[in-house]
Amino acid sequence: MTRALVNVPKTARAGDIVEIRAMIAHPMETGYRQGPNGAMIPRNIIRRFVCTYDGAEVFAADFHPAVSANPYLAFSTRATTSGTLTFAWTDDAGLTHTASAEIVVT
Amino acid sequence: MVDAPASCDVPTASGLPRRAFLAAGAGALTVCMLPLEALARPTLDEAILTFTGGAPLHDGRVRLDLPPLVENGNAVGVVIDVDSPMSEADHVRRIALFNEKNPEAEIIQFQLGPRAGRARVATRIRLATSQTVVAVAQMSDGTFWVSRAGVIVTLAACIEDLS
Repeated sequence: MTRALVNVPKTARAGDIVEIRAMIAHPMETGYRQGPNGAMIPRNIIRRFVCTYDGAEVFAADFHPAVSANPYLAFSTRATTSGTLTFAWTDDAGLTHTASAEIVVT
Repeated sequence: MVDAPASCDVPTASGLPRRAFLAAGAGALTVCMLPLEALARPTLDEAILTFTGGAPLHDGRVRLDLPPLVENGNAVGVVIDVDSPMSEADHVRRIALFNEKNPEAEIIQFQLGPRAGRARVATRIRLATSQTVVAVAQMSDGTFWVSRAGVIVTLAACIEDLS
């Protein structure tokens, strides 16, 4: 199955800007490649990524076929309170893969 | 309605009725035209216009970091850094990346807010050939800022399409 890797610091001080890195194993089939029988391979890419911090959306991205396979994202957020960061990737098949990480803010 | 003249159904050399033969020809023609249709992508400027809605573009504030020479177009690291305090009053709302010569002009669009803390994002993209990549950032005051970078790609992504 799809494997997601997220990297979030375990602890941070309130107000700090923390860097988040997220990657998911996904083929990102562009829809522009031909299979061995000459037929086009149907497109299957991740369309949207959303990161929420205790339920509030802090970062999102819309993907197009020009994003590499196994899409990698690095972004940042300001540490406010201890809580959970959740990451959700939605692909063309409508499947949503989620991952989460805890952060302790002092 | 009068039936079509009998001559229409005279078998051709291949044994197919003429009408069926013509229909098959039309079908083959449509298939041949598909790649052309795929090439009819909006130009770089048109794609940016769709994003900005006609608002003027300003140079500066955005830094697009991209290697000038890329060996593998399938995974090109990109870092976009926007000069912004990222406060409630003044922050980056959206950042979009566009390309000049891939089959589709859009690459990715990020949505940020004051909670991002810092307007710096990184990802990896595919480039079909040597071309220009453009990053456009929309600020909370509605202004658009742009940065362009030229890339030389030695091994193209989607090399199958180009043959």
